[in-house]
Amino acid sequence: MLAVKGIEAGYGNIQILKGIDIDVKKGEIVTLIGANGAGKTTLLRVISGVLHPASGEVIFGEEKITRLPCHKIVEKGVFLIQEGRAILKKMTVLENLLMGGYSRPTEDLTPSLDAVFQMFPVLHQRQKQLGETLSGGEQQMLSFGRALMGKPRLFMMDEPSLGLAPVLVNEVFVKIKQLKSSEVGILLVEQNAKKALQIADRGYVLEIGKIVLTGSGTELRSNQKVQEAYLGGKRADRADNSERRINQ
Amino acid sequence: MLTIKNVSKNFGGLKALQDVNIHLEPNKIYGLIGPNGAGKTTLFNLITALLPVSGGAIQFLEKELTGLRPHEIARLGIARTYQNIRLFPSMTVLENVLVAQNIHTQSGVGSIFKVQRSDKKFLEEAEAMLKHMGLWPKRKEKSTSLAYGEQRRLEIARALALQPKLLLLDEPAAGMNEAESAELLERIQEIRNSGKTVFLIEHDMSVVMGICDYISVLNFGKLIAQGTPGEIQTNGAVIEAYLGREEG
Repeated sequence: MLAVKGIEAGYGNIQILKGIDIDVKKGEIVTLIGANGAGKTTLLRVISGVLHPASGEVIFGEEKITRLPCHKIVEKGVFLIQEGRAILKKMTVLENLLMGGYSRPTEDLTPSLDAVFQMFPVLHQRQKQLGETLSGGEQQMLSFGRALMGKPRLFMMDEPSLGLAPVLVNEVFVKIKQLKSSEVGILLVEQNAKKALQIADRGYVLEIGKIVLTGSGTELRSNQKVQEAYLGGKRADRADNSERRINQ
Repeated sequence: MLTIKNVSKNFGGLKALQDVNIHLEPNKIYGLIGPNGAGKTTLFNLITALLPVSGGAIQFLEKELTGLRPHEIARLGIARTYQNIRLFPSMTVLENVLVAQNIHTQSGVGSIFKVQRSDKKFLEEAEAMLKHMGLWPKRKEKSTSLAYGEQRRLEIARALALQPKLLLLDEPAAGMNEAESAELLERIQEIRNSGKTVFLIEHDMSVVMGICDYISVLNFGKLIAQGTPGEIQTNGAVIEAYLGREEG
């Protein structure tokens, strides 16, 4: 459903992505793993049309969407939960949620709204409060809920569990797994690589703007390099690395 | 060094904090955990006077904080980072740190414009700070061009530039993968070893349980438990309200 081909992109003179090829099929959860600064968020920005690439193509369905404006891409069902709670602060919780479904007929929104409130009861309680009065974690729930309102076909999530209490993190991952259906594809970026790989069908490892490794969730979880770099690996190794860095 | 005594905070009819008592000793790492919306960030906002207390008192080094302005509290030796990152977006990485150092030199708005780039001592300190947080190679980049996890590290560097005695960290590991948060954990321990006290809010339990000497747990604005990591991990009320049970 999504094919990203040879994407090069960056900001000003700084090139972040150096030729990226990935794809997401219908009914798949695909995760993108990489250190901070590897280019994960930049790639999601390119796919959602926020950032235009220097070269390469983004194909959704049969169609090139590379240079379409964001709102046209949203209308096709490509949604992004942005990292760091980009909610509408001066709107109420309910208004924020309704904005998520603005491209759909109003009468279709009620069941989606019910589903969001069932998932995050605190949003129901706080539906009349302004977005900015929510706690950080509640804002994160609101951005997740708002994206659900759009009925995404391709659902891209940039750190959906950011700032959530451990008990809720488990719930969010269960929900992501439920969202996967024959019609929906999910592209997931998570700092919690262990959990992401548990629910992912496939994954890509991104290092300094290039895909260096790809495989099924299970393959990547058992890969020694992935374990050491992203899953907490062996503590002794890490201590060695950080000492080296200090000495340099 | 910091005593929070019967502190309460109301937002209209909402009791965000009720009768909270926490005492911090010098040279230790303290954790503050709890479900989303429990009042954790609100407590930090009261300590740093971003919000006035509704009841109770906070003392720092025998001094009453009630009635002081945020900058006065910073001068007394309390620095913080923010859950929703608040860097100076139009400044470079290095400038973000230099601005903070200025608090100990001159007072008044004019001082901001007198940052002397040639001032060797400040530059050396800023260099050490940025190297410590692994950001020196990016010193000339705008703070907004940094990846999310890097922006969090820059906030810590900027807070350290105030040379605080007490450092408040609001979700320092959010947006970092396990290897990155393990490294951050070592940095925080080094900060404590340099003679500072750290009080941190964090949902990453490997960080909290790994480095905190003592943990306080908030739920619906009330302290429900305080103790060592071992005590907290086995506390039934905390497991129920916050930790949940690990799946898979």
